[in-house]
Amino acid sequence: MTRALPVLPAELACPLPWEEPARPLLAARQLGLRLGGGELCRAFDLEVHAGQCVAILGRNGAGKSSLLHALAGLHGAGQGGGAPGVRGEVWFGARPCADWTPLRAARFRGLLPQRQLARFAASVLETVLVGRHPHLGRWGWESARDVAIARAALACMGLQGFEGRDLRALSGGEQQRVALAALLAQTPRLFLLDEPLNHLDLHHQVAVLELLRSLAADGRGVVMVLHDPGLAARYADKVVLLNGEGGVAVGESGAVLTAGRLSHAFGHPLKRVEVDGRAIFLPQ
Amino acid sequence: MSSSSSARFVRPAVALAALALAALAALAWALCAGSLATTPAGVFAALFGNGEGMLVGVVRELRLPRALACFACGGLLALAGTLMQVLLRNPLADPYILGISGGAAVGALGAVTLGLASPWMDAGALGGALAAMLAVFGLAHGDGSWTQTRLLLTGVIVAAGCGAVVTLMLALAPAAQVQSMLFWLMGDASGASRPWPALAVLGAGLAAALPFGRDLNVLAHGQLNALALGVDARRLRRGLYLLASVFTAAAVTLIGAVGFIGLVVPHLVRLVLGNDQRLLMPAAVLAGGALLTVADTLARTVLAPQQLPVGVLTVLLGVPVFLFLLARHSR
Repeated sequence: MTRALPVLPAELACPLPWEEPARPLLAARQLGLRLGGGELCRAFDLEVHAGQCVAILGRNGAGKSSLLHALAGLHGAGQGGGAPGVRGEVWFGARPCADWTPLRAARFRGLLPQRQLARFAASVLETVLVGRHPHLGRWGWESARDVAIARAALACMGLQGFEGRDLRALSGGEQQRVALAALLAQTPRLFLLDEPLNHLDLHHQVAVLELLRSLAADGRGVVMVLHDPGLAARYADKVVLLNGEGGVAVGESGAVLTAGRLSHAFGHPLKRVEVDGRAIFLPQ
Repeated sequence: MSSSSSARFVRPAVALAALALAALAALAWALCAGSLATTPAGVFAALFGNGEGMLVGVVRELRLPRALACFACGGLLALAGTLMQVLLRNPLADPYILGISGGAAVGALGAVTLGLASPWMDAGALGGALAAMLAVFGLAHGDGSWTQTRLLLTGVIVAAGCGAVVTLMLALAPAAQVQSMLFWLMGDASGASRPWPALAVLGAGLAAALPFGRDLNVLAHGQLNALALGVDARRLRRGLYLLASVFTAAAVTLIGAVGFIGLVVPHLVRLVLGNDQRLLMPAAVLAGGALLTVADTLARTVLAPQQLPVGVLTVLLGVPVFLFLLARHSR
């Protein structure tokens, strides 16, 4: 990475101290997914330390989102009855995630779900302020400080001046950046992102990935579902590769992201090319 | 920074105060208007002291209970609509969409069909509403997933079934009963003499819902988002369903299935105030109460001595107001 990482504004610092660098922020023990009697993803272990970015890759329906929800301690929450079953344990820091109260967990980890369409009119600022919810009391209203945090998050996403706009009038990519800004305003220690690059143009794809690297450099952990193995190779320290038939490969991104493994996982031949020292995977 | 943050509270405060004044004005007008003409001073004297004998009876025993009943029902329906729209994340949701008014109609019209006296009509409406609420809740709960689509479909199907039963009863009823059945179905406040239970439900319900205003804002962004932000979405949605159902049952029992208020008042308030549920809920109560009170006063005075069903008036008043706001907003 030759470009300098973007500087994080002070407003977006995580208020939760993290004094045990040796302990993983997130630990999955024997985590696995089952769907309709078959195995979608064999049990595996995963540790995410402060400073690390992890990418989850796999074909459609391989269980990437279900896995991410399980890592957030929210498995089965989004889909209703048909979601895959989850086995295994997820720990946030020193305790199993089930021991965390919902509000405390929300201050520790943030989740960017796949985009849901806005149904009602809402301003961009209101939408980003929703991310402040876990930091406010039952009767609390958003303070000037919360507004400053929301504005800093919008500025990080290149959305200065969008505060008063109606969410429904924005393009798909702009709505995605608003959702990312809401997650930044939540200021969690651990970021879990389901396809954060959806709808984004190339410039913003790279900008978001560099911002996530900055967050990692600030002592946060990042787990993201990605589709492009080249971007995963460039920005992720570790990769979880699902093949949708039970197979799962977990490890350093350089070791997991080989043309052979990827071709098998995606069911399509891929060729690895190197340009300027960076790997690109070309579909044949 | 502090001036801009206090500015954020000025506009809502002004809007709420204006709505409260409008609600008071609507109630005052309802007490003054009628065949026995009087002035606000006369009404004040009749309410609180030594007015003339005839007026005291009319104001205290006829106009006041009726005006309060209309205010309570308008507020209940508007609040129920606001909650339903968040619960189903659907701008087209209204308090009747999940079959509660259908159940109430079957109960009330069933009482008429059986030739029972009018207190039984109220009891039938309440029983029917609660039965529909429990049926939809139980059926939609089914496998425990309780998704929005499943809840909506179950409610709509139960409502359709109730609608068919109502039509059947109307078709089979002797002509003498049809008039009172139709008035009930359109909403009619002329028999409303005991507004206090509905007012109590409204007050207690609003007090129960207000602390969860910000949770509702989060839930409006989707269940998964809400869970990730620390909101117990499952329990919140159950509470929403129960509250909205009880509000609707209370309103429908008191004055029948008045249409339109529960659908349009939340949107009307949203166009002016935005979608913050903490403001939307009290504002919807005030606006819905005022609108129904005004509509009912018109319903009993425009063609006096003939009384019109208030449900028709709410729609006739609401449609132009809503279209005006919509046109102004889109510009």
